[in-house]
Amino acid sequence: MNWKNYTSLPKIFQNQRIFDGCGISGYLNIDGKRESGTKVKDMLCILHDRENGLGAGYAGYGIYPDYKDYYALHILFDDEKSKEKVISYLESMGYIILSEPIPTKTPSNVDNPPIIWRIFYEPKKMKSISDDEQMIELVMQINANFDGAFVMSSGKNMGVFKGNGWSYEIADFYKIEDYKAYMWLAHSRFPTNTPGWWGGAHPFNLLGTSVVHNGEITSYGTNKRYLESFGYKCTLFTDTEVIAYLFDLLVRKHKLPILIASLALAPPLFNEIERMDKEFQIALKNIRATYRSAMLNGPFSIIVGHNDPIPTMIGLSDRKKLRPLVAAISNDDNTVYISSEEASFKRLKLNAEFCDEFKEIWHPKSGTAIIARVGQGLLRNGLEKPLEKIKLSVMGG
Amino acid sequence: MSIEHNIPNYFRVKIESDHCKKCKRCVSHCSYGALSFNNEKIISDDSKCVACNRCASMCPGKAIKIVKDESCLPPHGNYSRRIRNIIWAQSGTGGVLLSATGNDRPIRNIFDDLLLDACQVTNPSIDPLRETIETKVFFGRKPQKLDFTTDPIDPNKISLKTEFLPHFEIDMPLMVGHMSLGSISYNACMAIYQAVNELNILAGSGEGGLHPDFYEYGKNIITEVASGRFGVDIKYLQNTVGLEIKIGQGAKPGHGGHLPGEKVNSMISQTRMIPKGSDALSPYPHHDIYSIEDLAQLISALKEATRYKVPIGVKIAAVHNSAPIAVGIVRGGADFISIDGFRGGTGAAPRIIRDHAGIPIELAIASVDQRLRQEGLRDQVTLVAGGSIRYSADLIKAIALGADVGMVGMPVLIALGCRVCQQCFRGLCSWGIATQKPYLVKRLDIDVARNRIINLFHAWNEELKEILGAMGIDSIESLRSNRDRLRYIGPNPRIADILNVKHAGE
Repeated sequence: MNWKNYTSLPKIFQNQRIFDGCGISGYLNIDGKRESGTKVKDMLCILHDRENGLGAGYAGYGIYPDYKDYYALHILFDDEKSKEKVISYLESMGYIILSEPIPTKTPSNVDNPPIIWRIFYEPKKMKSISDDEQMIELVMQINANFDGAFVMSSGKNMGVFKGNGWSYEIADFYKIEDYKAYMWLAHSRFPTNTPGWWGGAHPFNLLGTSVVHNGEITSYGTNKRYLESFGYKCTLFTDTEVIAYLFDLLVRKHKLPILIASLALAPPLFNEIERMDKEFQIALKNIRATYRSAMLNGPFSIIVGHNDPIPTMIGLSDRKKLRPLVAAISNDDNTVYISSEEASFKRLKLNAEFCDEFKEIWHPKSGTAIIARVGQGLLRNGLEKPLEKIKLSVMGG
Repeated sequence: MSIEHNIPNYFRVKIESDHCKKCKRCVSHCSYGALSFNNEKIISDDSKCVACNRCASMCPGKAIKIVKDESCLPPHGNYSRRIRNIIWAQSGTGGVLLSATGNDRPIRNIFDDLLLDACQVTNPSIDPLRETIETKVFFGRKPQKLDFTTDPIDPNKISLKTEFLPHFEIDMPLMVGHMSLGSISYNACMAIYQAVNELNILAGSGEGGLHPDFYEYGKNIITEVASGRFGVDIKYLQNTVGLEIKIGQGAKPGHGGHLPGEKVNSMISQTRMIPKGSDALSPYPHHDIYSIEDLAQLISALKEATRYKVPIGVKIAAVHNSAPIAVGIVRGGADFISIDGFRGGTGAAPRIIRDHAGIPIELAIASVDQRLRQEGLRDQVTLVAGGSIRYSADLIKAIALGADVGMVGMPVLIALGCRVCQQCFRGLCSWGIATQKPYLVKRLDIDVARNRIINLFHAWNEELKEILGAMGIDSIESLRSNRDRLRYIGPNPRIADILNVKHAGE
């Protein structure tokens, strides 16, 4: 069945939440070396049983060094008319530096692709709100109120390429081998109750944060209502959208260190907390009390890409590890890999093009974040106790 | 001839003479004077029977059965027996009719029209017998955000700047609603406080002060400051875990507390600081609170008095405007809000207001939670909701609609033996619960009563975990306000709209 609706769910499916099972993969080069998308495509496509051809996507960080100071908008349009409308709206709100189609395979290898466009953009400077806030407003405005338009990504020096099809089809369609990035995230879908649609594929992105997600958040309603009280609009009816916004709220707005944010999303159990040092107890109980509505429940594994200010890759699973997540590091300690399955790493080892050798492959603990950062290395391997290695001081009365 | 009309009886005491041992135990146990012995057999005055069933359960020969009186009135679809009885009683006494417990009208219960979700295939359910499911709740004020800073040189050096906000932990999302010493007996209070202490949950003191014996359980008691200020002194304010300003009560919105003088013996008079035998009628409004800014002043005065160490909350009855009122209360500085629905219980209330004022708690939770979210205030405060949370299913639904903690009264009393005869205001409770008469109070064994409450709530908590597990949720905070996991099955889709819950099948 071909859904010709790219930018929103077909009417009959609107108001329904999307459940899916998925494959996720990603890697980050600590020295910042940029590599083409073929490697991440290889990692993902081998997880064939995790998808059913109804959606896949890729996110590359570092792909637009020449335009790194501008917001790169990747937008899907149903037709020329909606494109014109959005472009004139963007012109009224700021400056379009470059506006061009995203190159895709011709003839197309997927059915009925939408118009796929990218715009490098700078919002008008405003005293009252930051550029980032303005961009979020803008993106939410377009996605909620412009029929036939959907912003896939809006970060700087990064972009999301996603659509309806098998993982290899989408990779070929967008020619991701032509982009070079120091961090790649990838996702393939197995949606169960709605058709695949272009906008609904992963990664989900908001500014510099992209999320690929395998799982189903049972706390969706709680998280959604929490986010709404901070002005986020959850319009896409997927749990992944909620995770992306939670990261944005905790890391960008509340400025929590990434480790602390991961502990808010998947906090340790109370009986574990109660066995810790007093300072840790205070911190973790405060996190649980304050961010109780941000806690993610239900099975999930996610990889999050974040580039504000330093490019970082985060892997996290739920507190019971009901979805798989496995990590690896290359022999030269320079590349950190995360994937749903070990097959991704074995594939890279066997592929004559890469012949990647792994120093170690390990299974991160449930609810424990892996954090790798450009220039700083593998900060957490996901095997630590919560707050292990952290020198924590608590101030205040 | 008396002006009192002979009202047809509701109940009949049936005594099987074959089984009656004539031990007269029933006569001594009937506190309402319905039974007597005429030297030959036990005879009953059915007009006095309230169907409390004390005689039946105490009869060693199981000879007594309370049945519905069979005599019938001419049928009428509009003037029900209930309405006719009200008119007869009122025209006999010329007064406002008193009543007790909660609204007894058969109004459709919205909790019963809600169904819960469970996991199938796409996400696994969690087995509470093998996995941890958490039910701990932080009660009181929370910050909107935390201030963590990372050392610019060493990323492993993190500091947390936090100011003291008054909150504490309880182990289950449960609070025994405010029932004062006076409305219920010393033994009932003691059993409740010991039980909540053991379970590490909460109980309300009610507005009747705190007996010296109860202070040792202060870390699980929230004391109440009501319009009558009964029993309020500095010790009362400073020795409990939280303070609540009582504005209203679900059973009687717009009214203050009523404690009939019959129940004010010397112990009650000392605890409440009022003369023996006098009616303790709280003023309807607080006479120092005629508007929201006055309430804010009282909140800050109480915060001063308690040195900002404990959460200060406000209890209101669920009424049409609960949502904006709740917002005002939070903006006025309250750390928690309690809302009591129109089915909430009482020891004594005018029947007319018990039966006709207020709104269902389900709707109030939904609208208050929603409004607080719109104002960005919801997650900073604790929302306590009560007013007919009858069993664990109601508690779960209340939390899924948006409450943090469920407030429970009647189920506790029923656990202690209450048969819901609705005579609490008369102070004659034959089960020793809602009475102050020493010979009746001692019928309630504190240890047994305490253990029955512990059992009840332990069972609720286990059921809560069972349901959470089936929903694939391993911690109670992920159920709160998770209306996505509820569906409506009742006849009125408008209710589903207000609750922001989809219809079953959607």
